[in-house]
Amino acid sequence: CCSPVMTTTQRQRFVAESCFDYLNLVMADTIFETSERSEVAISKMELLGFRVGQKLIEKYTLDKLRFGEKIDIIKFICREFWTTLFQKQVDSLRTNRKGVYVLSDNKFHWITSLSAENAAKTKQLAEKYLVFPCGLIKGALDVLGVPCSVKAEITTVPQCTFTITLKPGQ
Amino acid sequence: GMSRYNTNLQQVANNTWNKIDKINTELFTLTYGAIVVQLLKDFDSVDDVNNQLEKMGYNIGLRLIDEFLARSGLGRCRDLRETAEVIAKVGFKMFLGFAGTVLKMNAKKGSFHLVLEDNPLIDFVELPAQYKDTLIYNNILCGVIRGALEMVQMKVKCTVKKCPLKGHDVTQIKVVLIEHLTSEIPVGDEF
Repeated sequence: CCSPVMTTTQRQRFVAESCFDYLNLVMADTIFETSERSEVAISKMELLGFRVGQKLIEKYTLDKLRFGEKIDIIKFICREFWTTLFQKQVDSLRTNRKGVYVLSDNKFHWITSLSAENAAKTKQLAEKYLVFPCGLIKGALDVLGVPCSVKAEITTVPQCTFTITLKPGQ
Repeated sequence: GMSRYNTNLQQVANNTWNKIDKINTELFTLTYGAIVVQLLKDFDSVDDVNNQLEKMGYNIGLRLIDEFLARSGLGRCRDLRETAEVIAKVGFKMFLGFAGTVLKMNAKKGSFHLVLEDNPLIDFVELPAQYKDTLIYNNILCGVIRGALEMVQMKVKCTVKKCPLKGHDVTQIKVVLIEHLTSEIPVGDEF
C-alpha cells in the first residue's frame, strides 16, 4: 500500500525552531502555575495539544482511502507527521498487535534542552512538558479516525516513548 | 555611515536565518492561538489575559537573548538607535523570518517604533468580534522585547500600536526606554 503524501494547501512558511521551543516551555509553565491543581493543568495541556494536533492534520490534504490498515496510519504518524513536527522520524515502533503501539524517539527534540539537578527531577520536568505532544498525537489520530489515549515516558533524557492505546472496538 | 551599517545588519540577519534550524510556522501559530483561547477561558478579564501573554513573552525574552547574542555575534549597541535597528533588522529576521523597520526614532524621548509588515504569529488568525477592541494578541512580542532588553540592562515599556487583526496594515510596537539598569541580575519570572 502506497504511503500517503502529506501536502499542504498553504504556502510553506517558516520560523526559527527555537520560537516553538521557547513557547512550549513558557506555555507549560504558565498553565501549571495558573491552574489550581496539576491534574487540571495536565488535562488543559492535553486538550491544547489535542486541538492543535487536529488542526495540523486538517491543514494537510490527505487521501485517507490510501490508508489500508491501522498500522499504516500509525506509520504515517511515525514518519510524515513526526517529521513535520520534529524534523526526524520516530526511531522505533513496536506493537503488541492488540491495539497498543509504542513509539520511541531517541532524541526527542523538545526535551533535549531540559536539565535538572538529578535524573529524577529531569524525569518529572520532562513529564510536564510531554503532555502537549501526547495531545498532538491524540488529536491527529482522532481526525484520522483512530480514537486513542496517549501516554509518554522518559527513559533517559532525551530518549522517550509514546504509548498509543487504541480505544476498544478499533 | 548609517546605510553601510544597515547593510551589515542585513547580512548578519540573512546569515543567521540561513543557518538556523527552522520549522513550519503552523505549529507555532496554532499553538499560540490555542494558548490564547485557553487563557481567555481561564481568566475573567481580557486585561488579565493580555498581562499573561506579556509575562509569557517576558520569560521567553530572558532566555532568547542568549541565543540572539550568540548567533548574531553582535556586541553592545552604542545607543538606542542601534538597539532599535538591531531588534528590527536582526532580531525579527532571526526568529520570525522577516526583518522589520524602525519608525519614529526619538533619541531625546528615548523611544522608537518597530514595524513588521509580515508577522507569522497572526497567520490565519481572526479575532472574534467580542475581543477585537480589548485583546492584545501580539502582547507576547512586547514581553519578549522587554525581557530580552532587561538582560542587557535596559528597562523598557512596550505597547502594541497597530495590528492587522484590528484592521491595520502592519504590526507596530512602540518601545520606550524607562531607564538603564545597574548590573544586578533580574529576579526572573514574575508573578
